[in-house]
Amino acid sequence: MSSTAQELDHLIGKEYKEGFVTDIEAETFDPGLDEDVIRRLSAIKQEPEWLLEWRLEAFRHWQTMVGPDWAKLDVPPIDYQALSYYSAPKSKKDGPKSLDEVDPKLLETYEKLGIPLEERAALAGVAVDAVFDSVSVATTFKDKLNEAGVIFCSFSEAVREHPELVRQYLGTVVPQGDNFFAALNSAVFSDGSFIYIPKGTRCPMELSTYFRINAANTGQFERTLIVADEGSYVSYLEGCTAPRRDENQLHAAVVELVALDNAQIKYSTVQNWYPGDENGKGGIYNFVTKRAECRGVNSKVSWTQVETGSAITWKYPSCVLKGDNSVGEFYSVALSTLKQQADTGTKMIHIGKNTSSTIISKGISAMRGSNAYRGLVKVTKGADNARNYTQCDSLLMGDRCAAHTFPYMEVANPTAQVEHEATTSKISDDQLFYCTSRGISEEDAVSMIVNGFCKEVIKELPMEFAVEAQKLLGVSLEGSVG
Amino acid sequence: MLSIKDLRASVDGKEILKGINLEIKPGEVHAIMGPNGSGKSTLSHVLSGRDGYEVTGGSVTYNGGDLFELEAHERARAGVFLAFQYPVEIPGVNNMYFLKAAVNAKREQEGKPEMDSMEFLTLVREKMGLLKMKPDFLHRNVNEGFSGGEKKRNEILQMAMLEPNLCLLDETDSGLDIDALQIVAEGVNALRSPERSFVVVTHYQRLLDYIVPDFVHVLAHGRIVKSGGRELALELEEKGYGWIEEQAA
Ligand SMILES: Nc1ncnc2c1ncn2[C@@H]1O[C@H](COP(=O)(O)OP(=O)(O)OP(=O)(O)O)[C@@H](O)[C@H]1O
Ligand SMILES: [Mg+2]
Repeated sequence: MSSTAQELDHLIGKEYKEGFVTDIEAETFDPGLDEDVIRRLSAIKQEPEWLLEWRLEAFRHWQTMVGPDWAKLDVPPIDYQALSYYSAPKSKKDGPKSLDEVDPKLLETYEKLGIPLEERAALAGVAVDAVFDSVSVATTFKDKLNEAGVIFCSFSEAVREHPELVRQYLGTVVPQGDNFFAALNSAVFSDGSFIYIPKGTRCPMELSTYFRINAANTGQFERTLIVADEGSYVSYLEGCTAPRRDENQLHAAVVELVALDNAQIKYSTVQNWYPGDENGKGGIYNFVTKRAECRGVNSKVSWTQVETGSAITWKYPSCVLKGDNSVGEFYSVALSTLKQQADTGTKMIHIGKNTSSTIISKGISAMRGSNAYRGLVKVTKGADNARNYTQCDSLLMGDRCAAHTFPYMEVANPTAQVEHEATTSKISDDQLFYCTSRGISEEDAVSMIVNGFCKEVIKELPMEFAVEAQKLLGVSLEGSVG
Repeated sequence: MLSIKDLRASVDGKEILKGINLEIKPGEVHAIMGPNGSGKSTLSHVLSGRDGYEVTGGSVTYNGGDLFELEAHERARAGVFLAFQYPVEIPGVNNMYFLKAAVNAKREQEGKPEMDSMEFLTLVREKMGLLKMKPDFLHRNVNEGFSGGEKKRNEILQMAMLEPNLCLLDETDSGLDIDALQIVAEGVNALRSPERSFVVVTHYQRLLDYIVPDFVHVLAHGRIVKSGGRELALELEEKGYGWIEEQAA
């Protein structure tokens, strides 16, 4: 790092410690989006010039783009000029004053999920100073990571503390102009997570936003960048199984993963945002661009996702298999009930030699939910001996829901082996009666059958997460039968 | 234990049970025989609370209470058990997990704590031994890919684990080979006790050589048209149902 950059960092760091927080607290931008808004945003975040330029470039590109064509989704038009693109981190006084002020339905869900009382308050955004002792947890956690040389911090902090790393990798997997929402995110992203695992390091613990202070309100344009250097390993858990109180309707996040030679990244998501009511009112629109590049030889990336929330989910965590012998995996459970719409899947792009990919997708539709799997397996000309195995299973509950499967294949190398299997099944009355006749309640029976259906995916999740995800599937389906 | 009075039930507007009367006391074994389509499975489904049947008349009292007040899972927890004529496959659900969930649902009802894993495993291994089931069945999915006879044995395993008061066995003998028939019958006999009653639906008198009934009933066209002791089964084996149906007509 140059000495001026260091000076600058020092200055920013100092500013941050003093005054900075109080300064921004007063500020929330008026609705609207233009270059001036982006300049102000970047200035408030005290970003280096190159990042501002990067944002502006993205914005200019975005202006030339049109929103995507929603094949299977019914998306109401979004007025981008009606959104506010900067809001100071929610100060505590904005939240509910006590649990009494929180939507009882939300609390009921927490209870069913077995979330401890103190944590329920934190999730619901209650204005209690030390809601639970996350500070001490986070501190011991940080010490351990420092020892290993792992960098795990908010995106803004990374821009201040490790600008050279951010600059080296930002936008190298998902270019600014990749798609409409990625371009928008690149222009206006608020914050997110940054992870760097040094050469030959096995990250000593599962990393989770849960332990990152201030993670609760990363906002609607989140940006995540994970870099696993040669021979390293990291497992990252995104989200939390409990639904969060959230005022933002549009979420357009970007996640970039880079795996260098012999590195391995395991990325697990449980997404349980507010799905809206049974008429599709309210609820989050979740439009995410997630992509991993297996840049090095023998590198490996696994995406595992359990998607039960949001009114509309549109995401295709993908792997670009550039390095020879690299491996991409995608394990997904997507559940849509009420009037939810999920359009999700993956892209596996085989570029290096002897690359292989596995796709296991489980879609569950109940009530008036609609679920689409959309997947692309692309084998480029030079990708000798590429292998792909895809399995897409759909489970239907009732007659008003829908499931669709769209597997696309583009194979330009004759040595490739691409396999695809798909099934559709229904939870039958026979199965439900068989369970209830053994004393198992109907709700537990549904949850049991659904979890059985998803088993291959759930077992890919880290242990504690898997247990929570199972509970969550049951809770999300309550009232879906009968 | 169970008192069925003039029970009528229909499916999709079609009356299947047309006035059933049956009195079952603790410790008794009742065999029900009868032609195909006469309503035997319907009766066991109605008793165990399956959806889709409309009870149009009569009453069923179980242990002094109205059975129809209870939902299917509540009846099971209150000690009613149905061994299915066609056991159902549940893909992805581990057999042991399923069994444990059933056992603990009942224990919860009885105010007992969940059975711990060691205790459960010891018990289930013992019962499987009696039924000569290989331990690997525990780790397979519920009935998935089981042979016909294996499914029936799995039903009896569940029954042995749940220790119900009222056991309804719907053609448990069909699909069993000769040795398996004996093993399953021994499994059932091991459960016989002065507090526990059985309703055994079968087409074959042979089963009743092993599970000796106190009463035999003939169900035809939705009614019990003849009742007797175990000798009635022998008579049926010899003469078929025609003569009884004529008598009843
Ligand atoms: N959903 C339905 N709609 C119309 N008829 C039905 C329905 N379900 C059952 N039935 C009829 O009810 C009658 C009784 O069926 P049930 O299965 O109780 O007979 P069963 O005595 O058990 O016969 P089996 O000896 O072959 O097992 C049959 O005629 C059957 O076709
Ligand atoms: Mg039958």
